[in-house]
Amino acid sequence: MDWKRFSFIGLIIVVLFGVVVMVGQVKQPPLLIITSMLATTIAVATPLTLGALSGVFCERAGVVNIGIEGMMLTAAFFGWLGGIYMFHLFGLPAGVSIAFGVFFAILTGGLMALLHAVLSITFKVDQIIGGTVINILAVGLTGFLNRQLFFGKGSVFGGTVPGSPGVLPTIHVPITELFNSVCGASANCLQNVQAINRVFDQKPIAISAILLVFISHYVLFNTRWGLRTRAVGEHPKAADTVGINVVKMRYANVIIGGMFAGLAGAYFTIESVPSFEPLLTNGRGFISLAAMIFGNWTPIGAWAAALVFGASQALLINMQIFRDVIPPQWSFLQESYIVGLTPYILTMFILTGIIGKTTPPAADGVPYEK
Amino acid sequence: MSENTTTPQEEIVLEARGITKQFPGVLASDNVNFDLRKGEIHALLGENGAGKSTLMNLIYGLHLPDKGEIIVNGKVATIHSPNDSIALGIGMVHQHFMLIPVFTVAENVMLGDETVKNGSLDRNAVTARINEISKQYGLDVDPNALVGPLPVGIQQRVEIVKTLYRHAKIVILDEPTAVLTPQEAEDLFRIMRDLTARGVSIIFITHKLKEVLAVADRITVMRAGRVINTVKPSETDSAQLANMMVGRQVILTVDKKDHQAAEEILKVEGLTVRDQRDLETVHNVSFSVRGGEVLGIAGVQGNGQTELSEALTGLRSPTGGKVTIDGNDLTGKPPRKITEAGLAHIPEDRQRHGLVLSYSIIDNMALCDYYHPPFSQRGVIQPKALDENARKLIDAYDVRTPSPFVSAGKLSGGNQQKVIVARELSRPVKLVIANQPTRGLDVGSIEYIHSEIIKMRDRGVAVLLISAELDEIMALSDRIAVMYRGQIVAVVDVKDTTREQLGLWMAGAHAETA
Repeated sequence: MDWKRFSFIGLIIVVLFGVVVMVGQVKQPPLLIITSMLATTIAVATPLTLGALSGVFCERAGVVNIGIEGMMLTAAFFGWLGGIYMFHLFGLPAGVSIAFGVFFAILTGGLMALLHAVLSITFKVDQIIGGTVINILAVGLTGFLNRQLFFGKGSVFGGTVPGSPGVLPTIHVPITELFNSVCGASANCLQNVQAINRVFDQKPIAISAILLVFISHYVLFNTRWGLRTRAVGEHPKAADTVGINVVKMRYANVIIGGMFAGLAGAYFTIESVPSFEPLLTNGRGFISLAAMIFGNWTPIGAWAAALVFGASQALLINMQIFRDVIPPQWSFLQESYIVGLTPYILTMFILTGIIGKTTPPAADGVPYEK
Repeated sequence: MSENTTTPQEEIVLEARGITKQFPGVLASDNVNFDLRKGEIHALLGENGAGKSTLMNLIYGLHLPDKGEIIVNGKVATIHSPNDSIALGIGMVHQHFMLIPVFTVAENVMLGDETVKNGSLDRNAVTARINEISKQYGLDVDPNALVGPLPVGIQQRVEIVKTLYRHAKIVILDEPTAVLTPQEAEDLFRIMRDLTARGVSIIFITHKLKEVLAVADRITVMRAGRVINTVKPSETDSAQLANMMVGRQVILTVDKKDHQAAEEILKVEGLTVRDQRDLETVHNVSFSVRGGEVLGIAGVQGNGQTELSEALTGLRSPTGGKVTIDGNDLTGKPPRKITEAGLAHIPEDRQRHGLVLSYSIIDNMALCDYYHPPFSQRGVIQPKALDENARKLIDAYDVRTPSPFVSAGKLSGGNQQKVIVARELSRPVKLVIANQPTRGLDVGSIEYIHSEIIKMRDRGVAVLLISAELDEIMALSDRIAVMYRGQIVAVVDVKDTTREQLGLWMAGAHAETA
């Protein structure tokens, strides 16, 4: 990641935030807007970050993964379903059921990735086709099971959608409270500290996504596993000649990638809202891929790019909040379908390579033949 | 085999007994016996496809033999993977380097045998170890440099360091000089002798007779999967070795008359070309080729020759300069225009740019003029005309094929090249551009293609020969231009120069001394 890329990312985020502050300042103080925007950005960037990490692991090992979308969708469904099963049919407490849900989501992501690995590594199917298979399978499978299990006559839940055990709780990280004493008796100062603290109040998957970014970065560039992973993605034959099992490394990394996508899926139905609807991932798997590419196949770069998309979604959400105070000359911001296009337009813009070209791993997408 | 009594110094470290390996359609290794003594350089000589690389891949564990056994240090070894051979102290430097360009030297060296401290890579320890090896064996490398931009000679050193890092006592070098300048090769030979002096044993795979005679202690010649003989360099000569390699008498020198240079045919002025990464790989190159002469472009691979020939043949647009053929300005014109102006092109990559592999020989033979009568009438291909043309050329150019309907991809490399040569040289051309025309071919095909090139020259055609094989350049050219980092650094008459002088220019010496 070069400075050009990071400053471009910074610029876009500042612009997006600036628009919201300009519109919303009549209603709320700028600091409050910025911090709540930041909190939303981090939260909604979570599935994109995890999706991008999924791509980083697969592609660094030399397997193109356009099936992230499908892996996320399937994981979102089975994670949610798993939680409901545990809660209603086994009568487990809500918290435990939710934890099981997350586990099922990760497991589902891993299994979908296993399918992708079998197709692309063992059977050397074209990896774009393999990924497309995953995406189509995900739409069909989740749509079908959703209908059969919940809406069909004689289905397990008798035609009604049972209440899910709920969503993951927010974790309060008391970072700013350490500064409370600095404020003394100043009420204004205390208010500001509380506003800033909003940024740090995140849910478990959002927090783990950020931790995973840094862990992944370290693993990829400073450990034996990472060196070998990158080696099989750059020049598998060279890795083979020094005794590295290319097939095993690729399988493992694709499955790890799938588990990341699974956790991203869990975000939708277990952390964000406690319900499932068909096609709910809505292209975010593909935006993750764009983030991965723009981040030059590095975890930190991909995260920064994911934040840009997160910010553009935060823009959409905030424009709805400030709908009634949007000045008439900015009236197009009232149209949610125009603002809602921002992430997709950004994706196209970023992928044109205007901000410099990125380089994929040399053997990305190439099956290994001895 | 001429075996002396085995003295303690001549202890056998590696032995292959009765190795047989069948690949679909080929017996790649046929009851092969081979042994390597401690501290010797044992050359394995043979043509492409003779079974040298197969034997080494079996020893290194990349393939498993069907029959036979490999004995390392007196014990029968089971080698199922490179891990096994590395554990036995066998290291291999492959012809195509097994290095990762975006990794540093240290990362490449440690890959697969990493030193880890508290879960993360211990780069300092590896760097120290590499420096130690560098000092001990005179192999100068910078552990922190990225491998990609390093010159090939240095990359090769990294490969050797890689084997020594793994405590290899037996090092296999597969065609190590193919990518080196003569000086770099000399340097490699020095390193090889240093290694053997320290007790390392080396198997040196090559098809170059001169090198074998210069550096080997013993020579084993292979042909068609069999060992023909094992000899000492003092007891043999080039002619005898070539005879063993090919299985018949070979004429090693090209027979050619003095040339009668006529008018200028190809004229290149200030040509500048960028490659696909948009880097300028040909800078301001000017030269000309006359009818009836061969201009050879010598140079180590990757010094702009590919882009130069692409620009001249219309496959790539130059960013500056002018190219004229027989007075017509053809700068940046499409390949068809240039072909119609009288160019015959024997491309560097015969499988990608020379042939359509899935097409029959018949169709490949007509690729340049299928749209003209008699091959096309009113926009419709005339199969009969194509068929006759192909049969005529197959006879005239001695293409060995069961039928003209065979797809080009099924032919051997030599016969593929003959199809291209037949198609290109049978047309009424003024200029031939031949880029690496004999790369990877057997001696018989090389002989044939060389004679065809000389025939064209004697007929008054201008020939531009681009080759990384200095011997080929010296044998065929009337004048030689040396290309280094995208520039022509010298143009000389072949009679006024030597291999050594050319080698120095190829290594960039001209730039400093001129």
